[in-house]
Amino acid sequence: MRKNQDAVKRGWLTGVAQAGPIILGYIPIGLAFGVLAQKAGISPLNTLLMSILVYAGSSQLIAIGLFAARAPALSIILTTFVVNLRHTLMSAAVSPLLGRWRKVELAAFAHQLTDETFAIHSARLLTSSDPLNKAEVFGINVTAQAAWIFGTWLGTVVGQLITDVKPFALDYALPAMFVALLVLQIKDRVQIAVALLTGVLAVGLLLIGVEQWHVIAASLVGATIGVMSEEWIKKRSC
Amino acid sequence: MDQKTILLTILGMALVTYIPRLLPVWLLSSKSLSPLAVAWLRYVPVAVLAAMLLPSIVVQDNQINLGLGNLFFWAAFPTLLVAWKKRSLFGSVVVGMVVVAVARYVSALQGR
Repeated sequence: MRKNQDAVKRGWLTGVAQAGPIILGYIPIGLAFGVLAQKAGISPLNTLLMSILVYAGSSQLIAIGLFAARAPALSIILTTFVVNLRHTLMSAAVSPLLGRWRKVELAAFAHQLTDETFAIHSARLLTSSDPLNKAEVFGINVTAQAAWIFGTWLGTVVGQLITDVKPFALDYALPAMFVALLVLQIKDRVQIAVALLTGVLAVGLLLIGVEQWHVIAASLVGATIGVMSEEWIKKRSC
Repeated sequence: MDQKTILLTILGMALVTYIPRLLPVWLLSSKSLSPLAVAWLRYVPVAVLAAMLLPSIVVQDNQINLGLGNLFFWAAFPTLLVAWKKRSLFGSVVVGMVVVAVARYVSALQGR
């Protein structure tokens, strides 16, 4: 029993240590989110609740932009849905590593599945086929969300002191994060083509006045064209 | 928008974010998606990120602006380079923000 408790404690500590890079990434972006949320007229409590309940960085920052632009609630929710739909694949990809976990544990795990925690868990996917250590997984996940909430809280506190975010370039945190996440996710030429085509399509739709929906529409078209090209290339090479 | 409507929107966001995170891991221990569906989902992150990114850095005041005054566009290149070479989310974000902050500082000095 004593030995088992030690193993769990060790697992948690290993997890916390592995979350180091995530902490460094989440605190400043969470802070930027907290500051921008204040600018968009969202109360500190609602800002914190978003980081606790939604907990999906890029979609939270997009939502702030939409709140600031006075977008309708339904459009904000639907955009959030489309933006976060990518987690479906991540959730599917890690499921073989969570063998024999209880439903409650899976439910807790799913809430804290972000791009970054997925990246760490999936790195294990490449090196080993053993089931993930439960304590370690929750050590990573809980630490990551704690950093995100702490950053958000810091932003809501600092946000009332900062009157202009421009000198700090906090308004560039979101575009910079997208550039980085996009580059980090691109693995082949079809994806580069999909990224360019979807981006250009989104710009085109925005310019002809398809506001709020341009991201959803362009993404559906872009992903479909990506799959079609992949299938076409596969058939041709057979 | 009042805070109560914002809270309701946040609850909606939480629900539509949680369901896609939960369902696959919850159900997939027994079933699996068709290869076509998996292939399609694999393109979603790249497509969505590009669809959000490009308008945010090339469109200003409802038109395309690739001039030097559009810092968001030009700062994307050093950011991209760091992401590509260093594979670091944090490093890329910091470099992008520093480039924008310095460029604004310099142009403010020149404007004086």
